[in-house]
Amino acid sequence: MVRFIIRRLLITIPTILVVITITWTLVRLAPGNFYSGEKKLPPAIEKNIREKYGLDKPWYQQYGRMMWAIIWHRDFGTSLKYEGQSVNQIILRSLPISATVGLMAYVLALVVGVIAGSFAALKQNSKWDHASMALAMLGISLPNFVLGPILVLVFSLSLYWLPPSRWGGFASKNLILPVLTLAAIYMAYIARLTRAGMLEVLRSDYIRTARAKGLTETQVIVRHALRGGLMPVISYTGPALAFLLTGTVVVEKIFALPGLGNYFIQASLNRDEPLIIGIVAFIAITLLLMNLLVDVAYAFLDPRVRY
Amino acid sequence: MDLESEQREETEKHLNESRLTPVDPDMLHVSPEMAIAEADVALGPQSEFVRSTSLWQDAWRRLLKNKLAVFGLVVVILVTIFSVVGPPIIKRTLGFTPDYIPSNDVGLVKSFPPFTGPNGEFSWTHPMGTDNAGRDQLARVMQGGQISLFVGIIATLVSLLIGVTYGAIAGYAGGRVDDVMMRFVDVLYSLPYVIVVIVLLSMFRSQTARGQLVLLFISLGSVSWLTMARIVRGQVLSLKNQEFVLAARATGVSNAKIIFRHLVPNTLGPVIVYATLTIPQIMLTEAFLSYLGFGVQAPLASWGSLAADGVQNIAIFPWQLIFPGVTMALTLFSLNFLGDGLRDALDPQMRTV
Repeated sequence: MVRFIIRRLLITIPTILVVITITWTLVRLAPGNFYSGEKKLPPAIEKNIREKYGLDKPWYQQYGRMMWAIIWHRDFGTSLKYEGQSVNQIILRSLPISATVGLMAYVLALVVGVIAGSFAALKQNSKWDHASMALAMLGISLPNFVLGPILVLVFSLSLYWLPPSRWGGFASKNLILPVLTLAAIYMAYIARLTRAGMLEVLRSDYIRTARAKGLTETQVIVRHALRGGLMPVISYTGPALAFLLTGTVVVEKIFALPGLGNYFIQASLNRDEPLIIGIVAFIAITLLLMNLLVDVAYAFLDPRVRY
Repeated sequence: MDLESEQREETEKHLNESRLTPVDPDMLHVSPEMAIAEADVALGPQSEFVRSTSLWQDAWRRLLKNKLAVFGLVVVILVTIFSVVGPPIIKRTLGFTPDYIPSNDVGLVKSFPPFTGPNGEFSWTHPMGTDNAGRDQLARVMQGGQISLFVGIIATLVSLLIGVTYGAIAGYAGGRVDDVMMRFVDVLYSLPYVIVVIVLLSMFRSQTARGQLVLLFISLGSVSWLTMARIVRGQVLSLKNQEFVLAARATGVSNAKIIFRHLVPNTLGPVIVYATLTIPQIMLTEAFLSYLGFGVQAPLASWGSLAADGVQNIAIFPWQLIFPGVTMALTLFSLNFLGDGLRDALDPQMRTV
């Protein structure tokens, strides 16, 4: 187990370097420059800008310097657009917002999804089953940038219950709509996964054994069935986090939250190279570590999995 | 040398034919045991009374029993027909194209609610209302459907091409090659690919709408082949040690031919199922990218970009968001149900989500 974790961590490092290199190459291969706009700059000014940002050096020196700073100082440089702010500062400032929305959405999705999915499986082919699965399918099919504004229309602009947008602190009413919007699709996926997993487990021999030895139905379901039935849900956690990250990009745009995703979109539009690379690297690191965590959790829950 | 290869081809042809002659051509895609079992039935004493059913006929029958899947199929076909023939019909009957902007004499507000004419009276001209510039929303949604469906289908084909080839080669090669190839897929799996696609699309933003569309196909297709590769690899792994592959190899069929002529056709069931489920996913990603402004560019429009335009006026003109959004959700809903139904029909063992 320890060896497995160490091996995986060792693979993580080159993977992240590859991601950074790919992103850097993409940004550099694209035509144009971050300073070139509609108007052409006078050559003297252009020369000064190129010198200031080290663009006059050969590409391998620029690449080497960037990599060196990232690897040895964990420093992604300063943003080109938000002058004077380092990429690290921007990430540290916006991360808590994205993380709060993302985590709350995930927990909500997990709780509602698992409960709805288990009930659907326990009462297979009942009205409840069909209704919750149809609702889940709707959740998967309704894009969140349609759902979000509709929720705003209903709860903010018609009923005046909740604020329509903006960040209002970590425990405010402002969080309710973004979290709901973001959670909808995961709730749906998790409900479907739980139902499928539970249906399979409920038919297995060890559940019959558990019932035969006289356990109550609650014990059978909570202690025995859920443990096996949730395995697909756990292996979905990895991809879910990837989706969650892209989902937050949209949700932050809809609700005007100053989170990581919003900065990323701005950086892409502004061609803010250090900020793009910093955020992409950060997201990649988070994803890889989460995937590792999921694999470890899997091994703990399923005794048959050995690394 | 020439004679030898000719002979080989003869033998191969013969082998193929001998495998196929007793049953219909559909049998080509059935796993060998199945073919044998079916052949037995077909040649039995009752063969004149019991029509043999191929795997595909069987699957079709099972699909038709699934009400939700049939609903999905019907809606998908209807939406496709509407999107393709809708704009020309509107042009014929009402006389305007999706990008027709009426002249300026109707006042400041040009966005009318559904079924409303310029003076607030009931009218059939714009069943979905008009957008900010006064363009007919129905025609716009139909045209958007063309682009959305087109992106979904083409990008899925790109992902099919890459995924099936990659997976089949990895599975057939086996051993170290397989390890390295699938390890690479694992690494790609853990990458934030939508993020990379955003970087790609924003950096290489094309000057023309058409160029951006091509960029969209390539980038979406090239990031969504991973699951397909895994599925095909798994199928090929379980198929490659069966007798028909051995027979092909014994008669000297080349590796490439074994993979693409013998193995890949046998993986078709799961591949179709997964491709059906990939189309809505890609359409959703396309809409998401268009919403953020990286996807389809004006003058072309997709459901995603229409909804994105609508979001900005949600408080005053909600129909601008609701019609494209709901049309899109309905289509994705149907495609998902169809995919689910196809999976249950074609491959009852592959029930996950």
